[in-house]
Amino acid sequence: MADITAFSTSRKDALAAVALIAMLALVPPAAWLLHDPFLVKVATRIVIFSLAAIAINLVLGYGGLVSLCHAGLFGIGGYVVGIAAFHVSEPIHLGPLVLGGSSDLAITLPLAMLVSGLMAMAVGAISLRTSGPYFIMITLAFNQMFYYAAIALQKYGGEDGLQILSTITLFGVDVGNRYRFYYVALAVLALATLLLGRAIGSRFGLILRAAAENETRVVVVGVQPWAYRLVAFTASGVLTGLAGALLAASQQFISPVDMAWDRSGDLVVMAVLGGIATFWGPILGAATFIALELMLSSWTQHWQLVFGLIILAIVVGLRGGLVDLLRLIMPKPAGKTT
Amino acid sequence: MTHDVLDIAGLNKWFGGLRATNDIMLSVREGEIHAIIGPNGAGKTTLLSQIQGLLRPDDGYIKLDGEDITYEPAHKRARRGIARSFQITSLISEFPVITNAALGVQARLGHSFRFWKQAGSDLELLEPALEALRLVGLDRRAGSLVRDLSHGERRQLELAIALAQKPRLLLLDEPMAGMGRQDTSRMISLIAGLKGQYSIILIEHDMDAVFTLADRISVLVAGHVIKTGTPEQIRNDADVRAAYLGH
Repeated sequence: MADITAFSTSRKDALAAVALIAMLALVPPAAWLLHDPFLVKVATRIVIFSLAAIAINLVLGYGGLVSLCHAGLFGIGGYVVGIAAFHVSEPIHLGPLVLGGSSDLAITLPLAMLVSGLMAMAVGAISLRTSGPYFIMITLAFNQMFYYAAIALQKYGGEDGLQILSTITLFGVDVGNRYRFYYVALAVLALATLLLGRAIGSRFGLILRAAAENETRVVVVGVQPWAYRLVAFTASGVLTGLAGALLAASQQFISPVDMAWDRSGDLVVMAVLGGIATFWGPILGAATFIALELMLSSWTQHWQLVFGLIILAIVVGLRGGLVDLLRLIMPKPAGKTT
Repeated sequence: MTHDVLDIAGLNKWFGGLRATNDIMLSVREGEIHAIIGPNGAGKTTLLSQIQGLLRPDDGYIKLDGEDITYEPAHKRARRGIARSFQITSLISEFPVITNAALGVQARLGHSFRFWKQAGSDLELLEPALEALRLVGLDRRAGSLVRDLSHGERRQLELAIALAQKPRLLLLDEPMAGMGRQDTSRMISLIAGLKGQYSIILIEHDMDAVFTLADRISVLVAGHVIKTGTPEQIRNDADVRAAYLGH
């Protein structure tokens, strides 16, 4: 008897996701043993971009839509954290009202998610009326708008970016410590991975994925895919903004460079590199992307040429991204010979 | 008097200068199989697409159970119970067979903004989906991937998705197209088994199938219904013979 439940997130996928998170959790002890705290800094970046990559993959791999505005949403999340921290020392006066800033993640992360989610919803509501190349172009245009809007924020550093001077806390606890912050970010990634893993196997995921392959089929059974795509796009924006917020908090800095449109391209590359057919593949992609970037750039100035060739080789050689490589290496599970 | 499920009058559709649908009048009674025959290019598929809502008519009306649906979008009509199996199969190839059938079930269970429970173990979806597969004789292939199905099996799955919608009106667009003799006779007995339970519009080139299955037949020539009647009346009609059956 064939497997009727084959559609939904399998135990194998869940296991792969857990294994990846567990490996990431082992980085700080390893760094401590090797007396190399720099490893944690790199791993923090990997965790943050993994979050953005699995977020964009909800739209890309499961919704079949290439969005180039995710760097913008990422940056918006970062700026929310930066601006909120900026006003710690300089409260906003709105008539009789005085609004103090905050650098507590318990306040600023939800705020960043809210703002980037609302922005994503607005972008999605407009651009999801188109598809294919038009969708790509419209999202690209939105990214440019966000980018230049950030440059125009003279009060918050303009082109130079915005430094976060106050101490980053979580529920009042100082998380400026590199190790502590790392586990906060990793916990966020783990939670997001769990939620996405569930969502893509749910009824919602079924509609989203079916519409990506065959929109007419979905319409003629009685479902208008637009609203489902909008929810996916918004959720993706919320998580991408959250990733941006974490980046701003981790490097105590955010600048327009973080939201340039080619950064959106990087997120797409991370997802495709890892494999867009699984919800955990992009984590692998983000890790590989960042590790390669780091190694090659310390090796040669023209690292992007080598980088491009490696990515080309991986994508051409493994249609399903690095996930396919794992499938080749791993032995076939026993007892499932049929 | 038998109740009409579908009622069409004065329907027109132009493609530029071509009048693909020419003043069509058509009704489908509760529980009947109403076959539409006609030479290639007569506008049969164009007519189905207008009934389904994928094409907008220029003129005339379409009523389902007495309610005007002429300009309603396709997904709303589907919820009212219009289902179609496509001439060129339209399936989700990356999904297993049962998940394709579940799509038909899911749409009629209300909105799909459910994010946690896994569709792959959701009995509310799977049981009716499996039932629809059983009706078309595809239940043993429930776990296979669509890309591993034969042509005949894909046609069966098309029908299963439509049946999973529990349709008020079933539009079958050449369900036997491209099938071998064995598959064809299986499909004929399958549709015969649906007779009386569903109101069906059947488009088919296989005349044996049409005259075996249909309660009434409409003959479409150049976008116009030139005759509607029982198989007996159609077989003996001089105009029909001249226009279509004669050669």
